[in-house]
Amino acid sequence: MSYLEATDLARSYQVGRAGFLRKPRSFFAVDGVTLTLNKGETLGIVGESGCGKSTLARLLLGLIPADRGVLTLQGQQTLGVSETEWRALRRRMQLVYQDAAGALDPRMSVRTQVEEPLHIHGLPLDGAERALQAVGLFGAMADRYPHELSGGQLQRVVIARALALEPEILVLDEPVSALDVSIQAQIVNLLMDLQRDFGLSYVFVSHDLSVVRHISNRVAVMYLGRIVEDAPRDQLFADPKHPYTRVLIDAAPKPDPSTRRAIRLEVGDPPNPADPPAGCGFHPRCPLAVDHCRKEAPELRRVAERRVACHLVSEPFG
Amino acid sequence: MGLTVNNLEVTIERRRGTAVRPVRGVSLRVEPGRTLALVGESGCGKSMSCLAIAGLLPRRARISAGSIEFEGADLATMPEAQAQKLRRRHVASVFQDATGGLNPVRSIGWQVAEAVRLREGATRAEADREAIRLLGRVGLPDPERRAREYPHQFSGGMNQRAMIALAVAGNPRVLIADEATTALDVTLQAQIIDLISDLRDSLGMAVLFVTHDLGLVAQSADDVAVMYAGRMAEIAPVARLFAAPRHPYTQGLLSALPGATGQSVRLTTIDGTVPPIDALPQGCAFAPRCGKASALCRDVDPTVHAGVACHHVLPAPVKTKRVFA
Repeated sequence: MSYLEATDLARSYQVGRAGFLRKPRSFFAVDGVTLTLNKGETLGIVGESGCGKSTLARLLLGLIPADRGVLTLQGQQTLGVSETEWRALRRRMQLVYQDAAGALDPRMSVRTQVEEPLHIHGLPLDGAERALQAVGLFGAMADRYPHELSGGQLQRVVIARALALEPEILVLDEPVSALDVSIQAQIVNLLMDLQRDFGLSYVFVSHDLSVVRHISNRVAVMYLGRIVEDAPRDQLFADPKHPYTRVLIDAAPKPDPSTRRAIRLEVGDPPNPADPPAGCGFHPRCPLAVDHCRKEAPELRRVAERRVACHLVSEPFG
Repeated sequence: MGLTVNNLEVTIERRRGTAVRPVRGVSLRVEPGRTLALVGESGCGKSMSCLAIAGLLPRRARISAGSIEFEGADLATMPEAQAQKLRRRHVASVFQDATGGLNPVRSIGWQVAEAVRLREGATRAEADREAIRLLGRVGLPDPERRAREYPHQFSGGMNQRAMIALAVAGNPRVLIADEATTALDVTLQAQIIDLISDLRDSLGMAVLFVTHDLGLVAQSADDVAVMYAGRMAEIAPVARLFAAPRHPYTQGLLSALPGATGQSVRLTTIDGTVPPIDALPQGCAFAPRCGKASALCRDVDPTVHAGVACHHVLPAPVKTKRVFA
């Protein structure tokens, strides 16, 4: 049985000012996402700005209500449950996000902030010390204030605060994107150590393909609120099937001057999520698009360990 | 021609009479038709160096030593008005925040045309025609119609292209791109990089490309300069730098990249953090984080020899009496 399972999850937002008697327009930031996270694994979610990856992260944690869809943790429904049930569930899933400085209160010491979730859940406060040690913040470091810490240390505090409740799942939204390379490597290593030591499962949301490739077991690629491809890491990078996955992998700058991009990317501008194209969302930028793509949105079809949403990828993937 | 920077030093005066030096003796050369990438982590002085070259230093900062040679003259020491006139004509800059760099109450076409008028002294009508041509050149679809639109009607990528059109109006000799693609998605970033390379080749511009992204450096630069704590650590042709980095800091940076070590194994890290510029260690600023550091490194700050500033790459220099403590 899978661990965390989302089925047809969707969330819409309204755009523009709704005039008197005028129906407000809305669009789906996440439009029918079905995915599973297995215990102890890291699911990478990649895509460009506006693809809905951060909205998806918040939906998975119940931080924003879903318009439709089902979310289960070990078979137990998590959406629309009672407040007490929700609190118990919420302990098991925590969020870590990019802006560590913004996530912390400048007037509270590091220790107080890591203790805060324990207070809220009425738990003994010694969990905070364990969490701080797990992320490598020892002794007097815990009595400092956020302005006394570097970017990497702040991110460690945010991770410690998430760990204090001894969760099973961490949803990480761009956790290393704001960090310099040498610090980024430290945090990526820390996350992998924590996963091994505590058996954590990660949903790792990022636009940085090289980090996702490093840390993930499986990777899902999102475009305009939908998953367009989802496969085990090595399969996805060695043999991307969806034209968008190929474009994304090709466009990502590789730190190797001998593999400069030979072909020019002529893929136009990203679409406006509030005004998505008809048919397949990627067709206006797709070099392979045919008539059918402009009319009908492809379904996400499963073949073996991979799922792809493209009319032009035939079974068994040719 | 191009632009040559020698021993550039930037000083920021702080309150209570203290001063810090975010750029401490940087030398580099940007040649026509070539791209020099300036890389380093936050606070290494790469942006401050650019601002000094572009004449856009913030109020409290000034060039306190060194020269910026351009067209046989020194931009650092000539009268301010004359230097700014030369820069306005020949040195263009593109920064990260394109939308913030454009005037919200003027149309895109007006702004590009203004740059054309200032640089070339063209008439209104000529400048308008040139603006539309430039907007087409940077890949804006339907430039005649788009030229009448305003920044808020453009996407981030379109604004960045408009900024580039504005920068290259009047064929500048030097283009400084400071994290110009950092805020963009990878597909757009790739297109903007291609665009800058095309313009560099066709206009023969010298490009100074500032970034923290080593992947982008590998993809777009001819030469690379690596900065650390306000100093140049290593400068080399791109293929050499990635194939055989010589400075321990460059080696550390490259091996810290995901993908350098193979998947799912630990990444190589550089221990510690960059020292703050008001508390630099004596000697080599990288020594506290460097596995090779010796007593000499902690004592004497190495200078750049044959493209690298490290005591352990070349035979150690004879220790001389320090002038500054």
